[in-house]
Amino acid sequence: MSIIVFTENRNGKLKKNSFEAVSYAAVISANTSKPVVAISVGNVDNDELSKLAKYGASKIVAVNDQKWLDHDSREYTKLIAEIAEKENADTFVFSHSNMGKAIAPRLSVRMKAGLLSGVVATPVSFNPIAVKRKTYNGGAFQLVTVKSAKSVITINPNSCSIVEKPVDVNIEAYTPQTAYNAGTKVQAADVVTGKVILTEAPIVVSGGRGLKSGDNWGQLEELATVLDAGLACSRPVSDEGWRSHEEHVGQTGKIVAPDLYIAIGISGAIQHIGGVSGSKVIVAVDKDKDAPIFKYADYGIVGDAFDVVPRLVESFKKFKNS
Amino acid sequence: MKILVCIGNVPDTTTKIRFDADMKNLDTNGVQWVINPWDELALTRALEIKEQSGGKIEKVSVINVGKADAEPTIRKALAIGADDAFRIDADPIDSYFIAAQIAEIAKQENYDIIFAGKESSDFNGANVGSMIAEFMDITSVSAVTTFDLVDGNINLKREIDGGKETIIVDTPFVAIVQKGICINPRIAAMRGIMMARTKPIKVSAPVETEVLVECQTFDLPEPKAACKMIEPENTDKLVELLHGEAKVI
Ligand SMILES: Cc1cc2nc3c(=O)[nH]c(=O)nc-3n(C[C@H](O)[C@H](O)[C@H](O)COP(=O)(O)OP(=O)(O)OC[C@H]3O[C@@H](n4cnc5c(N)ncnc54)[C@H](O)[C@@H]3O)c2cc1C
Ligand SMILES: Nc1ncnc2c1ncn2[C@@H]1O[C@H](COP(=O)(O)O)[C@@H](O)[C@H]1O
Repeated sequence: MSIIVFTENRNGKLKKNSFEAVSYAAVISANTSKPVVAISVGNVDNDELSKLAKYGASKIVAVNDQKWLDHDSREYTKLIAEIAEKENADTFVFSHSNMGKAIAPRLSVRMKAGLLSGVVATPVSFNPIAVKRKTYNGGAFQLVTVKSAKSVITINPNSCSIVEKPVDVNIEAYTPQTAYNAGTKVQAADVVTGKVILTEAPIVVSGGRGLKSGDNWGQLEELATVLDAGLACSRPVSDEGWRSHEEHVGQTGKIVAPDLYIAIGISGAIQHIGGVSGSKVIVAVDKDKDAPIFKYADYGIVGDAFDVVPRLVESFKKFKNS
Repeated sequence: MKILVCIGNVPDTTTKIRFDADMKNLDTNGVQWVINPWDELALTRALEIKEQSGGKIEKVSVINVGKADAEPTIRKALAIGADDAFRIDADPIDSYFIAAQIAEIAKQENYDIIFAGKESSDFNGANVGSMIAEFMDITSVSAVTTFDLVDGNINLKREIDGGKETIIVDTPFVAIVQKGICINPRIAAMRGIMMARTKPIKVSAPVETEVLVECQTFDLPEPKAACKMIEPENTDKLVELLHGEAKVI
């Protein structure tokens, strides 16, 4: 038996969530003696792919065929099932990313493999696999055990550590047997390059209604630039059109789990916290000392954003230059 | 064409999450139940498309897997404008089971488009929509933010890393939708509420499925240590703590 990890890449580079997933699989491997096989779909060269071996992948099945680059989740599911058969896999690890969420549930049905989604830590047991997963928007965790022989796991971004565990690797260029027969056709892609991707950013700077108007975002943008951070906002801010909907975080917006989340003029409504509670450290700046956000924050400043943010920019700049 | 919208019945988003003594079930005392937020958006968009379709979309149905206590939520969906409803009479215990039930009805009744929400706001699985599609062996599109019917063709936008993709898709398929799909959820008007009383809810027994996972217990997050307060003049101190103590910069 083996463990399959589905990796993701962008512009020829493996994404951080791929290393998280391989590290996760390596922990299962250490407890079950099953080897870790990584699947890569896309134009990723062998040098880049071999980085996966540093974290425990001893085999990489690489599909680099133009027609497989459009992601159709039904076809991808067939492809993974085909490789699973070849590799005799019974455990599957994905990131709980857009792609993982699209494919893993389908694979669960296809393989009759119990699905454990949004997992936040390495398994609490391995035979059978039992894991802790996030539920109620971070308001609780659930301990779930697999009953079936096979299992599919999706891990929450930035919640499981990347650990080095070098092994020898064998990279196999693979041609799918399944014909690519997608029900979807991609017409156009509209991707902003150069911008920090919010859901992947290690630091996120976020503004709320306390900033009063979309015209007041200059200082936040500067703070984000200094910190190489993603920019986010609360829902009313995007509803008002002060910022784009892409930046809305919270229960009904994007879920982020950076190392550092800096909330400026955000009161800390439960629906907002639902989207950011996975952050390792939360800093809040709010002029109301009783704002609920301080119940969730690790560090707080009671003060006027228009006064505090410029100071923060200066302090972080000083730190960067020191 | 016919649209089927999956409707989860979930605790209102402001609910304080508590469990019974053995930490196995949610303490539902005082909980207000609502349509899962994304499902409400999906239903709104389905109704908008039906209205714009010039009769091409004949009806919009909703489906819920749940016990009789979910009926007020189903009635609400009917009051918002769904034409009819299905309820599979079973505890919605796990996503594989729920998806198997919905797929069964969707197949039997030949639905062309199935809408599901990106995740349920209680379980947070992000599972059911894609699972339905695999049970039916049809296409699914996740992270859908725009759904348009143009000259009878379906045009979608889906979210990808750092942007969007425009795609066309064949029916039947499952659209798993998220924010952007419509501006505001439609609210039931008095007339809708009156009409909903006579709209049919077809109740049926579940089909059998395997049990693949089992929930053991819940646990609550560790209480957070008190927030360290820093004087607004002393932002250098904050930076020092983030570096030296929290080690995040
Ligand atoms: C079903 C549902 C889903 C929702 N989903 C989301 C979601 O996904 N994300 C989300 O964010 N919200 C969501 N909401 C809305 C949520 O309930 C709150 O209304 C929202 O988060 C409040 O945004 P805010 O904190 O920016 O604004 P407010 O609550 O108005 O807070 C503004 C804060 O700024 C402070 N302030 C004012 N002036 C200054 C100043 N000069 N300097 C410093 N501080 C200042 C105030 O003291 C206050 O604490 C949802 C609501 C519902 C019902
Ligand atoms: N009990 C249910 N009945 C009908 N639809 C459901 C049910 N549970 C979940 N869904 C649908 O599946 C979506 C994703 O739910 P989940 O996989 O539980 O996060 C929801 O937004 C609903 O559209």
